[in-house]
Amino acid sequence: MALDRFFRRRRPQQQAGSDMPDLWTQCPACKESVYNRDLEASLWVCPKCSHHLRLEAGRRVEVLLDEGSFVQLSGRVHPTDPLNFQDTEAYVDRLSRAQKKTGRPDAILTGTGSILGLPVTLAVMDFAFSGGSMGSVVGEEISRAAEHAAEIGTPFVLVAASGGARMQESALSLMQMAKTTVALESLTARGLPYVSILTDPTTGGVTASFATIADVIMAEPGALIGFAGPRVIQQTIRQSLPEGFQRAEFLLEHGMIDDVVDRRNHRNFLAGLLGVLTRRAPDAPPAEQPAPPSAEAPA
Amino acid sequence: MTTPSTDLKATLKKLEARVHDLEVTARETGQNLDSTIHTLRAEVERLRTAPANGVMTRWERVQLARAPGRPTAHDYTERLVTDFTELHGDRNFADDHALIGGPGRWQGRPVMLLMQQKGRDTKSRVRRRFGMSNPEGYRKAMRLMDLADKFGLPVVCLIDTPGAYPGIEAEERGQAWAIAESIQRMVRLKVPAVCAVIGEGGSGGALAIGVGNRVLIQENAWYSVISPESCAAILWRDSAQAPKAAEALKLTAPDLLELGIVEEVIPEPVGGAHLDLDAAAAALGEVVSRHLDELSLLNEQELKAQRAARFRALGAFTES
Ligand SMILES: [Zn+2]
Repeated sequence: MALDRFFRRRRPQQQAGSDMPDLWTQCPACKESVYNRDLEASLWVCPKCSHHLRLEAGRRVEVLLDEGSFVQLSGRVHPTDPLNFQDTEAYVDRLSRAQKKTGRPDAILTGTGSILGLPVTLAVMDFAFSGGSMGSVVGEEISRAAEHAAEIGTPFVLVAASGGARMQESALSLMQMAKTTVALESLTARGLPYVSILTDPTTGGVTASFATIADVIMAEPGALIGFAGPRVIQQTIRQSLPEGFQRAEFLLEHGMIDDVVDRRNHRNFLAGLLGVLTRRAPDAPPAEQPAPPSAEAPA
Repeated sequence: MTTPSTDLKATLKKLEARVHDLEVTARETGQNLDSTIHTLRAEVERLRTAPANGVMTRWERVQLARAPGRPTAHDYTERLVTDFTELHGDRNFADDHALIGGPGRWQGRPVMLLMQQKGRDTKSRVRRRFGMSNPEGYRKAMRLMDLADKFGLPVVCLIDTPGAYPGIEAEERGQAWAIAESIQRMVRLKVPAVCAVIGEGGSGGALAIGVGNRVLIQENAWYSVISPESCAAILWRDSAQAPKAAEALKLTAPDLLELGIVEEVIPEPVGGAHLDLDAAAAALGEVVSRHLDELSLLNEQELKAQRAARFRALGAFTES
């Protein structure tokens, strides 16, 4: 769901070290003011309390990939307004506002690159774009990135950050859950690893589809991860929620994720893991590649 | 706001265009699309000749889908299924009463049934959590899909849920994981799968058993990414705006047919399925059986490829 309202706090400046008033950022957790220069050096993890600040998609790519290795795949697919959706604001207006804010067509950035020399295909959801909500474009770009990884024979790494499916595309958004699952089968067919990194927050239809069917599921410390949002659960059961409920550490304790990994260790973790998982050459592509019928003729 | 009549005209135009496209596809590729073309034509005819149907608001249809006497999955299976053996439990934690299933004969055809069950009276509704499953429901469904693959039984899913249960324990036991894995399990099915929304198709909890070779919907059922009430609570900050949200979400059977999300709308008796259970069951039985028979001609590879291509193609975007 579109969670613009989750993103009202002041965001760090894009260019640290300039003469702008935003020379420093207040940590949302410990409220300490930290120089942006220091934050950038610690990959936007608070040096005082280790709180992991939310990352814009472009910055996430810089954190994960070897410098200068990123080649963008996404960007040509643009959202439409198939339902002519209008609530208190028209969907087309919400879209153009989010596009202006982020400089992207939609809430997703994909491409290829390397991690400590190991080639990967990467998809990063952008929470800054309409709460990272998943509509047709997010589903399509993730599907294409997964299929690209299968085609060129690299592991697939996905960074999830999303309030869930995008209401303004209704059932079409819901269908992206099945579509992405179909596309991820191409990696399975070639024996290629898929790792998802769940970041704050990952909820709803994203958690209930591609984000949790990865071979290995990592999460950032303190990330909110779940199916239903905490408020919905509270309204249903009418009692308060336990301490740490739906946080990454809670899910690790309940056996739902493989590990909670500090952002500053992501590259080492991934390179070590993927290096072992890709010891042998990828399986040959499946012999029979069925020609997909057109979208207009599902029967 | 578009008025119902302009809305209807636009729908008719789009449906007619789709009929035309399908006819061209059928001619050029030699695929047999007769039954899809036939049902689309029937829908065009229905919309053209019965303007009263176009006047019913989407919110009114949502109300019909939730009508107290609306037939549940049990009402249909009592009339359509013989030799049904309910199989219980996920072999791990519990038996979920909101999602039940087992083998039986659908109008004589051996199938594996999976169905969401809301309950018929207060006591059974509470026991069945009003059709909202815990993770164990989806894990039981996956176990039964394994059996379906093993014994070559087509899977028939009757969908009727407001959504997966939003509770503390559901989250602790991986509600999202169970739904995601069930979607993946359906993608991998070697046997035909026919899914029909018979009341409420509430979000991921419905899609978890909705990845079929054919997806059908009854005339007054709805299927959406979110319920009108929750959508209204978020976007209008007032759940009382649900009727507006229902309009915006385009969640009715004709809407979904137009979006290509379902293959066919199953007709209901005039006034809704609750007014004539036997007639509603007869229509559901006939349509599901027809699709099962069509799919029985495909082999394992063709079934998987058709299902994958069907869902891979869904979405609306432009490309520069
Ligand atoms: Zn801090």
